[in-house]
Amino acid sequence: MSKNLRINNKQFIDETRKLSFIFNGKKLYGYKGDTLASALLSNDIHLVGRSFKYHRPRGIMTSGSEEPNAILQIGNDDALTEPNVRATEIELYDGLICNSQNCWPSVKFDIGGINNFLSPLLPAGFYYKTFMWPASFWEKYEYFIRKSAGLGKSPTKQDPDMYDHRYMHCDILIIGGGVSGLIAAKIASDDNKKVLLLEDKELLGGSLIYDDNDISKIDNQKSSEWLKKLIENIKNDKNIIIKTRTSLAAYHNYNFLLARQNLTDHLSVNDRNNKIRQRLYKIRAKKVIISTGAIERPQVFHNNDRPGIMLASAVKKYIDYYGVRCGLENVIFTNNDSAYETALSLHKSGTKLNAIVDIRNNSSSEIVNKVKSLGIQIYWNHTIVNTKGYKRINKVTIMKLNDKGNDVVGKKIELNCDCLAISGGWTPMVHLFTQSGGKLKFDNKDNIFVPDKTNLNQLSIGSAKGDFELDDVLKNSIKDTKKFLQIENSNFDKIDVKCSKEKEKKNIWLLPSDKPLSKTKPFLDYQNDSTAKDIKLALREGFKSIEHVKRYTTTGMGTDQGKLANMHALGIVADTTNTNMGDLGTTTFRPPYTPLTFGTIVGRNVGQFFDIFRKTPMHDWHVDNNAKFENVGQWKRAWYYPKDGESMHDAVQRESKAARESSGILDASTLGKIDIQGTDANEFLNRVYTNAWSKLQIGKCRYGLMLNEDGMVYDDGVTTKLGENHYLMTTTTGGAANVMSKLEDYLQTEWPELDVFLTSVTDHYATASVCGPNAKKIINKIFKDLDLSDESFPHMSFKEVKLGNINCRVMRISFTGELSYEINVEASYGKYIWEKCIEAGKEFNITPYGTETMHLLRAEKGFIIVGQDTDGTMTPVDLQMDWIISKKKYDFIGKRSLYRSDTIREDRKQLVGLLTDDPNEILEEGAQIVKDENKKPVNMLGHVTSSYFSPTLKKSIALAVLKEGKKLKGQKLLVPMIDKTIKVTVSDTVFLDKENERING
Amino acid sequence: MFLINCPYCGERDQSEFVSGGEAHIARPKQPTELNDDQWAEYLFMRKNIKGIQFERWNHAHGCRKWFNVARDTSNDKIEKIYKMGEQPPKL
Amino acid sequence: MKNKYSIFSLIKNAFSNHENWQRAWRDPEPKKEYDAVIVGGGGHGLATAYYLAKKHNLTNIAVVEKGWIGGGNTGRNTTIIRSNYLWDASAGLYDHALKIWEGLSQELNYNVMFSQRGVMNLAHNLQDVRDLKRRTHANRLNGIDAVWLETDEVKKFCPIINTSQDIRYPVLGGTLQRRAGTARHDAVAWGYARGADEMGVDIIQNCEVKGIKRNGDSVEGLETTKGFIKTKKIGVVAAGHSSVIANMAGLKLPLESKPLQALVSEPVKPIIDTVVMSNAVHAYVSQSDKGELVIGAGTDSYVSYTQKGSFNIVEETLKAILELYPIFSRMKMLRQWGGIVDICPDASPIISKTSIKGLYFNCGWGTGGFKATPGSGDLFAHTIANDEPHKLNAAFNINRFVSGDLVDEHGAAAVAH
Repeated sequence: MSKNLRINNKQFIDETRKLSFIFNGKKLYGYKGDTLASALLSNDIHLVGRSFKYHRPRGIMTSGSEEPNAILQIGNDDALTEPNVRATEIELYDGLICNSQNCWPSVKFDIGGINNFLSPLLPAGFYYKTFMWPASFWEKYEYFIRKSAGLGKSPTKQDPDMYDHRYMHCDILIIGGGVSGLIAAKIASDDNKKVLLLEDKELLGGSLIYDDNDISKIDNQKSSEWLKKLIENIKNDKNIIIKTRTSLAAYHNYNFLLARQNLTDHLSVNDRNNKIRQRLYKIRAKKVIISTGAIERPQVFHNNDRPGIMLASAVKKYIDYYGVRCGLENVIFTNNDSAYETALSLHKSGTKLNAIVDIRNNSSSEIVNKVKSLGIQIYWNHTIVNTKGYKRINKVTIMKLNDKGNDVVGKKIELNCDCLAISGGWTPMVHLFTQSGGKLKFDNKDNIFVPDKTNLNQLSIGSAKGDFELDDVLKNSIKDTKKFLQIENSNFDKIDVKCSKEKEKKNIWLLPSDKPLSKTKPFLDYQNDSTAKDIKLALREGFKSIEHVKRYTTTGMGTDQGKLANMHALGIVADTTNTNMGDLGTTTFRPPYTPLTFGTIVGRNVGQFFDIFRKTPMHDWHVDNNAKFENVGQWKRAWYYPKDGESMHDAVQRESKAARESSGILDASTLGKIDIQGTDANEFLNRVYTNAWSKLQIGKCRYGLMLNEDGMVYDDGVTTKLGENHYLMTTTTGGAANVMSKLEDYLQTEWPELDVFLTSVTDHYATASVCGPNAKKIINKIFKDLDLSDESFPHMSFKEVKLGNINCRVMRISFTGELSYEINVEASYGKYIWEKCIEAGKEFNITPYGTETMHLLRAEKGFIIVGQDTDGTMTPVDLQMDWIISKKKYDFIGKRSLYRSDTIREDRKQLVGLLTDDPNEILEEGAQIVKDENKKPVNMLGHVTSSYFSPTLKKSIALAVLKEGKKLKGQKLLVPMIDKTIKVTVSDTVFLDKENERING
Repeated sequence: MFLINCPYCGERDQSEFVSGGEAHIARPKQPTELNDDQWAEYLFMRKNIKGIQFERWNHAHGCRKWFNVARDTSNDKIEKIYKMGEQPPKL
Repeated sequence: MKNKYSIFSLIKNAFSNHENWQRAWRDPEPKKEYDAVIVGGGGHGLATAYYLAKKHNLTNIAVVEKGWIGGGNTGRNTTIIRSNYLWDASAGLYDHALKIWEGLSQELNYNVMFSQRGVMNLAHNLQDVRDLKRRTHANRLNGIDAVWLETDEVKKFCPIINTSQDIRYPVLGGTLQRRAGTARHDAVAWGYARGADEMGVDIIQNCEVKGIKRNGDSVEGLETTKGFIKTKKIGVVAAGHSSVIANMAGLKLPLESKPLQALVSEPVKPIIDTVVMSNAVHAYVSQSDKGELVIGAGTDSYVSYTQKGSFNIVEETLKAILELYPIFSRMKMLRQWGGIVDICPDASPIISKTSIKGLYFNCGWGTGGFKATPGSGDLFAHTIANDEPHKLNAAFNINRFVSGDLVDEHGAAAVAH
């Protein structure tokens, strides 16, 4: 440290813990308690970044989340690096590495700085007016625009850190641990309320905790001392949960709020291992108190953006809290009394204050009088017209304001400085209030927007509601909190507060200069480089709404989301258009309040926890037997079981041959299962399925097709009549949850008169389906006493049988066209029964087959798969399943829609079979079918829905939907692919065993 | 994120519920008597009101019961919750 | 004649300190009567007015806008433009729009920054593969440039996607439309407004429609907050508020207005150079020219006009983003917002006459209207001017909900538009 910038013995800095960090490759030191910004400043570093557009040198400007300039890339590890971190918010830790962004080759010498000289060509919205010629060049222009845009760099490797979520409930949520929030917390706690108090900094106390002047007194004590006692009291209060380093991110309707707690970002990297990095609190609060304070405004004048120009309140905080002087030659520029506190802090710390420039004519408050008494030069009714110093401010030029305040008069005075502290007044942080849907009103006295109306149970207090002086803050916070909580008395009722009172106020949104506006650069949005000129240009060009101005000039759209810029932008628009600011309104404040890490929003739901895996009870067996799996909804289904390096094709051919020639076994546990009971169960089925159910006998099964109310096929499956008023419905695997919901909906809302109860039992049963010519022999080996004769146990029937103590429901139903038995057992016996089947089937080469073989086997028989052969636009008639539509039933779900004028057309797309001329050619599922591919536009008749090579038939087969397909049987059509055209013939949908002989073995 | 006071379970987070759209559109008792226009009116046409809408909600991740909600769609304020089969309140 | 925008006009104006730029559009008070009034000053409405003036010589027309132009879904969407739709009718409509996009900056003399950086749709299960291949074949035969990519080609085109086959829903391939991309949303509204204004169209902001006056089966005019405006033709392009306007005329529409959310990250240097969409792992992402990741979330299940959705939708979306792009975990959400999307039961729009003479509706764009802006404006203008639909929007008539002849894009486009 060449200069003496560090003031020792500050209570918030631990000087026994020296920390090293690296900024732009240079090793520097700071102390525990520093932020990165205060540590940089203590090393006399102001220049930390370059602006977005003009690449102007920019320095640390604030001490909080409103910082527009000091945003750095933290870390240099590909996985852990983080872009756009505010130096003012990150606590210094040992080994911190950071780099300036948006500059090349370095922040001190940045080639992009040339943009500053091109700035006359780069006014607001210039890109809308150019880069249009030649048309084909936009992508080339854009390449360079994109390259130069962006700030930091994204990580390029996976984040190793963990993030967490927690739900919180409280009576009173208090956002902001400054003096007003603390008082409110105490009042609420004394009333026995459960309080959750959030503070985004490490310590409670807000700005009053480091207040060091002798004017403000609470109960005759120095205000900061009084506050410390209150904090100790609150820390020991069992009704109050305090979360520090916790920033409120979003305030949603119904008092639902999100807050982010930083848990490790302040620790050195080695100390972070296995700790949760950030936690997201999802808070439901009965009442919310917003005590988020206010942000100081800058002033808008020519060249107001140089490194070394800072908010006056920040200069004060760096001295009083961090013990860091921001400069050795200071000038203050203000329009209000609060900057005089900075003057006192500078004086008290022995830091040179060359002058105060105040646009007001005078001020006679206690604090100003005190500053006057110190002999500090004050230039009343003066403004800054220019500043000098490229990478660090070294001079300001001031002139006198005229009476109207719209021009300058007299002689220029130059003042030396290496730090200019500016204050343009204060803006209440109403962001959360408006996020929650609250409406603002404009206060002409202080030129601020303050909370007005809200629908929610909430209250704003302190400077967040527009109280800036200590006595107002305390007394109104006490009064308002009591009223809000409906409390008569509090322990603060007799509080005695002394403070300086501001009497003179003056505000000029855009300060005049001796030069015309066009020759100046008065910045509003530092990060996005928008100036007062840009605002005026936008207004000239007809962008009238404040939202238009914002979007056209990009004011307020940087990573600080306009926390510093917005009020001045509004003020200049109001002045230029002669509008009342209250009538103008504000732009929308959108969540989050400060940027929120994606990882924090997602929490633990990453990687293997992204979504649940649903596994059948036989899953482990499939894994042990080398199954490949297919995702069907959330289920993992065995897809095929390759042996000895088989391809999928070979495995499927082998599996399907085995099923047709001897026996196969399928895990059908994933099919949806709904237990239906009640005296009206039969009537219910009649209403939800297209076919008739009245005559189904106990012990018999029936296939059903379910439509949507729009007449389109929705689901299908077999339902078994277990008892007089008891059925078991099966649904498709993917449709199970939706079918259940739909049936419940009809039952509860349309047909409450029906005595029917539905229970989802999908997970309660496991199903092993054994098929093939030897299936009967295998089942017979397992259930020796079960009569499997066709007379006793015909196709589409069901038997209940015991295997030891295990209750088994055996259904003789078939989706493959083979003789087939489905054994349903309680899920916990699933693997047992499966292995039992495998063991019994060994001598018959029982072959486990997966979904792919199942699809092939059913396609040979022309059985549809809902969702594959249908797409929400197919009716049963389109599927050539007219037989399943009961003509006798008066109504069922979807029936009326089948008779709409378009739905009854004969020339709709219909399900057909397709055979390729070359039997070895397998069509691609999804391929389109045409009659003539040369006539443009090509008239597409339909598409291939299912396609396989059938080892039994020794040829390729396919199902397709085809316009007027019913009429086209035997016709030759074409399937055009990218590289060839495949000739096909339309066929019947049933390719194998049209007589259904196999079903009986 | 609303809080919905399920008539069977009490106040719960909105994420436990699924909306079923406009309420009191009864399925016609005799669909076959309707012409295509009338059927389309039932099937597809919705008031889609900005203001107080009577709508159906299902406590899908709870008791799975359907019930009715009167909610102001302009500010998402829930005015009244009432059971299936009950008449909409006068608001 | 307005200033022509070009690098030369920019240089010229730099010499006069940009003091002499003309207004991009006037700020007129409404006249007593217009030949046609467009309700809604979003991209679609302004484009409709532009084409009515330009192609149909209807210049005594107005656009009335409740707030500020481009302030609804135009300014709130994720700006994805593509035409790889499944059904012939949709492909025709969206590719018509895409062709106009390709010359729009020059046509409007306003850089809408149409950037053909490609749109990729990912498949995560076998049915996705079938559906996307089906769409690709249909696109190819419809003359739309869509190709199927195997997983390694997906990785090559966008290297930051996690294509590991060990993740919960691995990428099994995808489709790519290279002509697709993004554009600058505000510029579209402003460019059309400037163009329409130049031809004499009155763009009237802060003018809310309060009623539609009818004489029997014909419209006579509009009650607005700026007084009564007489007109025989009203074209409503009010997006989420379509039903509100329809109710004023005693019509019901097959629409529900639901919250749809989007978000952007803080700006970073180029990291993703295309648009990637996924249905099964529901997320879509691109990077704006400013460097922000632009991420689209899903719709909520309920009707709401608040422009606010529920947080769990955002949570689910980012969950999906981190599944596909684990490197984005430390990126930060800068802004998050919602719009109101009017959704038809078949996920296709309505560009149609109604049962009331002189009343036309252009609505139901759901989550995907931005991409259609120029085509929608052109076809709606045609429909209004001729009192008959163009052949490209004939299928999007309101009667399809009666006949059952829907254009069901659910299967193909479902959520991610």
